[in-house]
Amino acid sequence: MSVQDFALAAEVAARRRWGATAALLALVVLLVLLSLGIGPVRLSPPAVIEALFGGGSDVAQVIVREIRLPRTILAFAIGGILGLSGAALQGLLRNPLASPSLFGAPQSAAFGAVLVIALGLADVRSYALPVVAIIAAFGSVFALLAIAGRNAGLLILILAGLAISSFAGAATALVMNLSSNPFVVLEIAFWLLGSLEDRSFQHVVLVLPFIIAGAAILLSQANAFRALTLGEEAAQSLGVDVGRLRLLVITGVALGVGGAVAVTGTIGFIGLVAPHLMRPLIGHDPARLLVPSALTGSALLLAADIAVRIIPSTSDIKVGVLTSIIGVPFFLYLIMRERRALGGGVA
Amino acid sequence: MTLLSATALNASLGSRKVLHDVSLSLEAGHLVALVGPNGAGKTTLLRALAGLIPSDGEIRIGGDALASLALRERAKRFAYLPQGHMVHWPLPAREIVALGRYPHGATDPARLSQKDIEAVLRAMQAVDVTEFSDRRVTELSGGERSRVALARVLAVEAPVILADEPTASLDPRHQIDVMQKLRNVADTGVLVVVVTHDLGLAARFADHVLVLSEGRLAAQGAPAEALSESVLASVFRVSAYRAEFQREAVIVPWADV
Repeated sequence: MSVQDFALAAEVAARRRWGATAALLALVVLLVLLSLGIGPVRLSPPAVIEALFGGGSDVAQVIVREIRLPRTILAFAIGGILGLSGAALQGLLRNPLASPSLFGAPQSAAFGAVLVIALGLADVRSYALPVVAIIAAFGSVFALLAIAGRNAGLLILILAGLAISSFAGAATALVMNLSSNPFVVLEIAFWLLGSLEDRSFQHVVLVLPFIIAGAAILLSQANAFRALTLGEEAAQSLGVDVGRLRLLVITGVALGVGGAVAVTGTIGFIGLVAPHLMRPLIGHDPARLLVPSALTGSALLLAADIAVRIIPSTSDIKVGVLTSIIGVPFFLYLIMRERRALGGGVA
Repeated sequence: MTLLSATALNASLGSRKVLHDVSLSLEAGHLVALVGPNGAGKTTLLRALAGLIPSDGEIRIGGDALASLALRERAKRFAYLPQGHMVHWPLPAREIVALGRYPHGATDPARLSQKDIEAVLRAMQAVDVTEFSDRRVTELSGGERSRVALARVLAVEAPVILADEPTASLDPRHQIDVMQKLRNVADTGVLVVVVTHDLGLAARFADHVLVLSEGRLAAQGAPAEALSESVLASVFRVSAYRAEFQREAVIVPWADV
């Protein structure tokens, strides 16, 4: 094998990955146009593009730019950060079942946000909400990794995640239980289901800085995830500061997930599903999975948010409900596939 | 010429003190076998030498104090092979080997410089894994995978290789094969430290043997001295059959004492 052969093999693989990523990007663009066009007033993609850039009727402009654009941006950004967080956690823990929602991060962030709302500490559109949600998400992921310790097996991670999400759920229930205002309770209950409806540019401005910061942190660590393929010790011997990496990943995931939960409520399972959909196309390299997983997360949430608008039903289906309804069977399928590893116990 | 030395090394795991005042001085071009009963602290010593765990005492590598070196610089000087040849994702063998170039700034195997590719190919050729360069490591047999792991370590092209039980769970042919390859690497001027339970392999291939017992160096020196009858009796509680075959030393642990 010569240097040329080696470089060629790498290039062929890279070209295939780029093809898949480009196709994915095209899909996301298509879904963005659909998301801007679908609703009580249906607009064709050309009409959407026209309205987006200031053409067409005033009504079409208002619908596209002021009502549907914020919702679409949020679906794109939040789906993306959820997919990215899932891929990053799977890379950090070298474990295909790792994901923010299985670890109780969104549930904990929701608890933080609910606490703020119920206590009337802040307006629903103030920065206090995402900040508290982020702190709660950070606490939950940090606690999980501390409990699980180094080189934790699937079983410990999932049990600890189950405990943390149950605890966050119970704490949320307690807050609702103690709340004296029934309207607040109802509002919280609906908000917890996770939705992108009626979101404005204020929400976009509120959450985008956190999502961008979280994404930047996670993407900057891509190559360290690759080195972790060899385990923590070997990665450290290659020059990766594993302790620092853990802290950065927890921070990135908390910023993204906490921020997202603060404006949409809990939307689960996108982080778990996205990297799995990409592995057959992109391969198993945890560094290369990050961007495609983010795009897949965006596509999934955009598609789910379009679906809740076109599924005929008497009341609105919340997008968070839909992602969980689809995500949980997928999770069961993964458990079945990983049965041997799980059956092997803690190893 | 001394390449790696440790003076009064102490290390703990949690509250348990694992290494007690270990002092050693190892030379470039030597294959050093680190032996000792289970729980003697062999892996801990290896990790401490590579700076992977904190320790008291001074470690010097090629004239520099280890403590003064940044993580990246340490990574260029020590290639570390952990136990078990663990690979968590099914990546192609060439990408695993290419991770050996990580300390040199080549963090993406898809974008290696000419120099990095050459180093990777040299490493793959040295242990004969070029033929399954494109196969996923998870699909390889145990023997093949151990060679890929070895190639990854060689690709670092570090002056020191620390290998933790590289022959464990391999069949006899592959055990000999791996030791022979490490011997060849040492002969090119690299210091190779190998943890092993196989006293026979240690006696045959090593220039220098370190015998660790309950965290202390019980003996060190050429294989014949370090693995003497009295050391085997006191440290391992075994007696051994000794002979010479094809002008190499043979030690076979035989009975407990």
